[in-house]
Amino acid sequence: MSVIVTRYITQVMNQGTTEGTGLLREMAGLDEGAPLFVQVAERLADEIADGGLGEGERVPSTNELAAYYRINPATAAKGIGMLTDDGLVEKRRGIGMFVADGARQRLLAERRKRFAERYVGPLVAEAGRLGIGADELAAMIRESSYAQEGTRI
Amino acid sequence: MTPAISVAGLSRRYRGQLALDNVSFDIEPGSITGLLGRNGAGKTTFMRIVAGHEFASAGTVTVLGACPVENETVLRQMVFVREDQAYPDFRVRHAVQAASWFYPNWSHELAGALLEEFGLPPNRKVRKLSRGMRSALGIVIGLAARAEVTLFDEPYAGLDPVARQLFYDRLLAEYAEHPRTVLLSTHLIDEAAGLMERVMVIDRGRIVLDAAADDLRGAATSVSGPAIAVAEFTAGHPVWDRRRIASQESAVVAGALDETDRARAAALHLHLEPLTLQQLVVRAAGTPVAVPQERTSA
Repeated sequence: MSVIVTRYITQVMNQGTTEGTGLLREMAGLDEGAPLFVQVAERLADEIADGGLGEGERVPSTNELAAYYRINPATAAKGIGMLTDDGLVEKRRGIGMFVADGARQRLLAERRKRFAERYVGPLVAEAGRLGIGADELAAMIRESSYAQEGTRI
Repeated sequence: MTPAISVAGLSRRYRGQLALDNVSFDIEPGSITGLLGRNGAGKTTFMRIVAGHEFASAGTVTVLGACPVENETVLRQMVFVREDQAYPDFRVRHAVQAASWFYPNWSHELAGALLEEFGLPPNRKVRKLSRGMRSALGIVIGLAARAEVTLFDEPYAGLDPVARQLFYDRLLAEYAEHPRTVLLSTHLIDEAAGLMERVMVIDRGRIVLDAAADDLRGAATSVSGPAIAVAEFTAGHPVWDRRRIASQESAVVAGALDETDRARAAALHLHLEPLTLQQLVVRAAGTPVAVPQERTSA
């Protein structure tokens, strides 16, 4: 998996769980220690996955990003470069950079895959250790989903 | 490509005191470099020599491929904004006008806009300006000159945070539209860190750290928590500094941490915090350190 996708996924997975210790975020390698250009790439990937930046839409230019984040334009260019290398955005000569077709689906697919690896796997393993069967586990998940306001699965 | 600034074996001696000691490096055109270090480290001496205001005791300096001293072609492509710039008994608009005659790429439009943004009254006598306003005038001239080589030596003495932010924003916007080579010396390191592509730390006349800003981010991490856990985590890592209080310990680990390291830290309930650029510079200015390289994980 590409670096940016990995970072992006871990970031998304950790959202909402980082309050308090922030340990999960640190585990994912997401903190001030990440190079600025990686953080720029992450933010853009985030926008793409959330649909804020739709496929075929223009990605902010290097100079726009530099001005917004108050960073060196070369740093912003490196961030966009990461997304280009991953094929998430593409260059249209003379006009600028645009979100590639299928970019959102790819990010979401990676997110699901990561979710299975990171959460479902350990969940099932622990359930097995406690002798919780698949049906019982499913019931517990359903119960938990009702207990959490606004979250229905 | 010809470097914008190139110095080789540069030394400057004042009555037996070495202000610059055999400094050599090249600065590529179209970059923003932070020149950092303590007071008296040699930053201003270095900039003055590059600007042709002072002579080297030994070594060579070339700016845009030529020696800057008494070289009009080079000097008109280079602007040097100093902390304590002295002006003749001018009004603000005269100082700006005089600068506009000297610099071929001068932008009247930009100068006018900046004067207004920084709230500089054009008819005020320069010597009646406050310290911060005088700094702002230097910044206006430094940016509006659009000189290929732009040297800012502590350009914002007395400027409030709002005006400093304005300076950073205008510098970035100008740099994006009209790329040039910027050398910026500052003590407000973390504030200006995002602007810099390259960071050079000078200490007692020597370059003690010269690295891409991206490589410095996360180059060292502070690890804190129960001393036993910190000891377990830091075993095998190069440690710069350890501090301990009761059963708690805080250690600075050199080198980038990978995901395995972070997972270990989390399992040990340790708190990780990357060193800021300022903290790295404080460390570098005092103890010569090699540029931290990506550590190969065990």
